[in-house]
Amino acid sequence: MKTETSLALSDYVLHLADNALVLGQRNAEWCGHGPILEEDLALANNALDLIGQARLLYQYAAMLQGEGASEDALAYLRDASQYRNYTLLELPHSTALAPTARCERDYAVTIVRNFLYSALMVLVWEQLQVSRDEQLAAIGAKSLKEARYHLRHARDWLLRFGDGTAESHARAQAALDFLLPYTQEFWTATEVESAALASEIALDLASARPQWDMLVHDAVLEATLVLSPMHGFVPTGKLAVHSEHLGFLLAEMQSLARQHPGAVW
Amino acid sequence: MTKSPANSAATLKEWPLWEVFVRSKQGIEHKHCGSLHAADARQALQMARDVYTRRQEGVSIWVLPSAAITASDPQDKDMMFEPAVDKIYRHPTFFVIPDEVGHM
Amino acid sequence: MYTQSFNVPDGHSASAETATTVPLASASQQLALEQAQLRFDAVIDADGKIEPKDWMPQAYRKTLVRQISQHAHSEIVGMLPEGNWISRAPSLKRKAILVAKVQDEGGHGLYLYSAAETLGTSRDQMLEGLHSGRAKYSSIFNYPTLTWADVGVVGWLVDGAAIMNQIPLCRCSYGPYARAMIRVCKEESFHQRQGFEALLAMVQGTQAQKEMVQDAVNRWWWKCLAMFGPPDGDSPNSAQGMRWGIKRISNDDLRQKFVDATVPQAAVLGVTLPDPALQWNEARGHHDYGAIDWDEFWATVNGNGPCNKERLATRVKAHNDGQWVRDAALAYAEKQSARNSAMTKVAA
Repeated sequence: MKTETSLALSDYVLHLADNALVLGQRNAEWCGHGPILEEDLALANNALDLIGQARLLYQYAAMLQGEGASEDALAYLRDASQYRNYTLLELPHSTALAPTARCERDYAVTIVRNFLYSALMVLVWEQLQVSRDEQLAAIGAKSLKEARYHLRHARDWLLRFGDGTAESHARAQAALDFLLPYTQEFWTATEVESAALASEIALDLASARPQWDMLVHDAVLEATLVLSPMHGFVPTGKLAVHSEHLGFLLAEMQSLARQHPGAVW
Repeated sequence: MTKSPANSAATLKEWPLWEVFVRSKQGIEHKHCGSLHAADARQALQMARDVYTRRQEGVSIWVLPSAAITASDPQDKDMMFEPAVDKIYRHPTFFVIPDEVGHM
Repeated sequence: MYTQSFNVPDGHSASAETATTVPLASASQQLALEQAQLRFDAVIDADGKIEPKDWMPQAYRKTLVRQISQHAHSEIVGMLPEGNWISRAPSLKRKAILVAKVQDEGGHGLYLYSAAETLGTSRDQMLEGLHSGRAKYSSIFNYPTLTWADVGVVGWLVDGAAIMNQIPLCRCSYGPYARAMIRVCKEESFHQRQGFEALLAMVQGTQAQKEMVQDAVNRWWWKCLAMFGPPDGDSPNSAQGMRWGIKRISNDDLRQKFVDATVPQAAVLGVTLPDPALQWNEARGHHDYGAIDWDEFWATVNGNGPCNKERLATRVKAHNDGQWVRDAALAYAEKQSARNSAMTKVAA
């Protein structure tokens, strides 16, 4: 049964789910192409965690929506204009380039993005695990363990890159300069989040900001990098208005499922 | 294209090799499960987690540089291990205790 | 996922294959050598295990390095054909399963590189062999995965064939290889089952899905039969491999086992295996099957299959592109180490 509250909740859950799926999809791109075999396995674990989180969240959103909704219908049949992930997560593994330009995958971009996002999600899941909503609380508790590991992994690599070689330092700095402004989107208030906050389902994200700032600042400092000023265009991915990249990502992800409407796999 | 081994050796910049030991949920001791390459101990630990414990095999991991392992020489097998064989009185089964004594 | 059980000689490098000539040893050295050989033979004959620090004939060591590294290379290259469909997997469940499977293959490669390293080679040396084109890997991975059904068929047939090869290797005479194989086999049955289950879902689905499966089977069946390698008469290293307890069962016997096991599975799926000569032979107690195109097989093994160049170039690119990452980790580790010893000095 769809009530106003449950619709608002399902939008919020979809935001969380879309984040997890889009980043999981991006990280899985490294499978078979990683910089060393051991790291290939590590990143695959990261992708599996994220896809797993996405599945739990989509299943919950489907339940809230009712009327035959399902995890796969939500993941494969919504267009970019319905996806609510942060724009940060849909970017390819490179610094600024249009999707139709050929780009090389840069592991520094992957790591810095994972770091910025998992630093946020550790705080988000910590709050959500005590949410009034039992489902979200359960998902939060499980996801928190995963997010902590993701944060540790990304942070360790951030240090290796920042305080490694001249080349790794340059790449990490460039990645940070490019990606940091995208995180402005974390803090913009939206109706969906306000509604979730009002029903005591979700946290007040703004309250997590000082902690996130500190996490990021400390890591960047230890990595001998410079925290670039955060200004410029504020993305609107969670408002379902995305960069040009999401369209291509979804086209690839959804093409086979859409070619066989109604098929079971 | 073929490279001569000498040229390749000059460009090898390899992460050191680490041996991995995992103690399972039901296990008592850490068992050797294999090796991997990592740049340092912290990384070795994380990688061991990702490589060797995906199927809930572990609750504890040890890693140590392969170079740190000293192994017994197989040539010494006889003198190292044979002498224990005939000292069967070290095993409880050597001793016959009357049933009336009960469990011992 | 795995490779053929026969040993394909690596290309181009003569030194890797010829036995090293050693200067004539003294009488006591000769005696020690003979005794070592006798001990080695005794262990092999008793189905025991040879361990890394044990004496072993040079040829045994070389054969194992080649076989284990070929096996490892196969796992790594094998991540590519199925990895091809991760981004397009048609359901979230299938996506997760496929990532886990491809990850396992990477893991298997890693266990095998580790096993090979106990014989005195290094990961970098082995990779150099692969990337230079000298070292071979299983030819099955030089074919393209053109549809999602290919993923299921690869799991069902290629992993199925791999399991046939790998189970006997769990009893191989070289300890680290046997132990690696035990670990691999534990994970491998998931691989075959997930492929079969994916196909089952499709053949119970739409007409388009059924046709996709049949088409994939048509393209992969003969390639999978060839995976076991040529008849042992044509296989240069089989006899010695058997003698050393490395190779336990002949190529033809393994292939026959595979056919016999697979026919009923195909019946459950309702697919036709594309071999008009395939039929049960009551007298033999096995299925007869048609002639394999060994010319096509050798052409692919020798570099002229549909995907050889791409597979190799992709591995080379990943390795080269990753150099700065590996360098950074080493540089950081060195800096940390220097900082730590500086701190201990200060403390002391």
